[in-house]
Amino acid sequence: MSRDELRAAVAAGVLASEEVHRELLQSIVEVARAMFAARASSIVLLDEATDELVFEAVAGEGSDTLIGQRFPSSKGISGWVLVTRQPLVLEDVSQDPRFARDVAESTGYVPQGLMAVPLLHEERALGVLSVLDRPKASQFTLAEMDLLGLFAGQAAIALELLQRARRARSVLAEGPEEVAIVARLAAALELREGTGREAAIRLLHALEDVIAPNDRDG
Amino acid sequence: MASRDEPIPAWSLAADAAGQLGFAANWPERVTRDWAFGGGDGEGVRVCILDSGVEREHPLVGTVERAVAVSLGVDGEAIVEADEEGDLCGHGTACAGIVRSLAPACAIHSVRVLGAGYTGSGDVLLAGLRWAVEQGFEVINMSLSTTKRQFSGLLHELADSAYFRRTVLVASAHNMPVESYPWRFSAVISVGSHEDPDPLAYYYNPSPPVEFFARGVGVDVAWLGGGSVRCTGNSFATPHLSGICARILGKHPELTPFQLKSVLLLTATNVAGGQ
Repeated sequence: MSRDELRAAVAAGVLASEEVHRELLQSIVEVARAMFAARASSIVLLDEATDELVFEAVAGEGSDTLIGQRFPSSKGISGWVLVTRQPLVLEDVSQDPRFARDVAESTGYVPQGLMAVPLLHEERALGVLSVLDRPKASQFTLAEMDLLGLFAGQAAIALELLQRARRARSVLAEGPEEVAIVARLAAALELREGTGREAAIRLLHALEDVIAPNDRDG
Repeated sequence: MASRDEPIPAWSLAADAAGQLGFAANWPERVTRDWAFGGGDGEGVRVCILDSGVEREHPLVGTVERAVAVSLGVDGEAIVEADEEGDLCGHGTACAGIVRSLAPACAIHSVRVLGAGYTGSGDVLLAGLRWAVEQGFEVINMSLSTTKRQFSGLLHELADSAYFRRTVLVASAHNMPVESYPWRFSAVISVGSHEDPDPLAYYYNPSPPVEFFARGVGVDVAWLGGGSVRCTGNSFATPHLSGICARILGKHPELTPFQLKSVLLLTATNVAGGQ
């Protein structure tokens, strides 16, 4: 068992559930939609293993059907934004039937216009945040683009947390049995309080002295 | 000692050799926008669109001189071959159309580094840029960037190499709080957006890393299938400045990237007042 696996297992034992991360992403798209008074907003995550984009959160149009749907990472506007790492605004795309079909396939309806921004965390492009169909009367400004860019930073962190949690859980699910034991112990310890907890920690120290006397991280 | 017929070493300049640098006594004349690019159409300038490819014979783009696609072989070596597919997503076509609108007589070359999936895109980008620099294009438009730190050193070397080989790299800046390349390097011309609808308006930014702002809001750009669509983003500000560079270089092919940047400064809307 590698040190990384062990860390992941301990982390997985005390992590918030998948549900909490989903709620965070959902709250982000709800706020993005409200900020721009838009008809819909969505977050897609890049699945590097399959080179696909996956809908992780949707507010407004498509919210009941899109979660979990996948499309190739190089396709459509989200693909552009991801590979160029540049935010983009498109106005009145509905006149282009080819574009309309592509977008409709990935969103469930044909928007008039959209704003899309890459979700970048450290060196990685994690996905794309899109805001679809702002009110027709409002003139788009660079200040809005900057605001969306700033907001995307928060969305990227949420997506990074979700991915980390998933990686930790997959290590737990696929790793050897002893990893799961460590995770269960970590989770159980997290829940103990008072003298029971102190006793459990003393026992863990004793265990460490027996099986890894020279390997304390400090 | 070197005779006068031999090239002057790049690392020193002997007192009696200064005359060989050969600027006309009146160079530069008073630098105005009219001197810089008035009546210019980019004739004789090759502009490389390093992007997703360019759609053939799009009415807003016209002829594409040569199009290649870059991919990686099994051992990670770069493969550059004729691009038969055109543009897979539309981004490169949009950029090419903007360059064409400003420099109608320039020669547009397409180097496709985007569009064939996401994985490995940083390596392909690097290989494509290396190839483009080797071709000696006068202008390379990069409406894209990478956030991979492992590529920053190599990109930096390529940007410097382009700079000294008289290839102007025009690169989109990021308006997001992330580190990305190559727009942060001083050897490139980095471009952000302004809201002015004038395609020839550009601003010098005295607070880098973004050095120039060009038109990037509500731009009608070429779209796949021969159409157009209204777009906003630094991706579209960048080819505006590439087009302006092509016009300047068409009139003044002798300019080095350093001199071109100086001309851009002296003719910027906020410096020359549009004169």
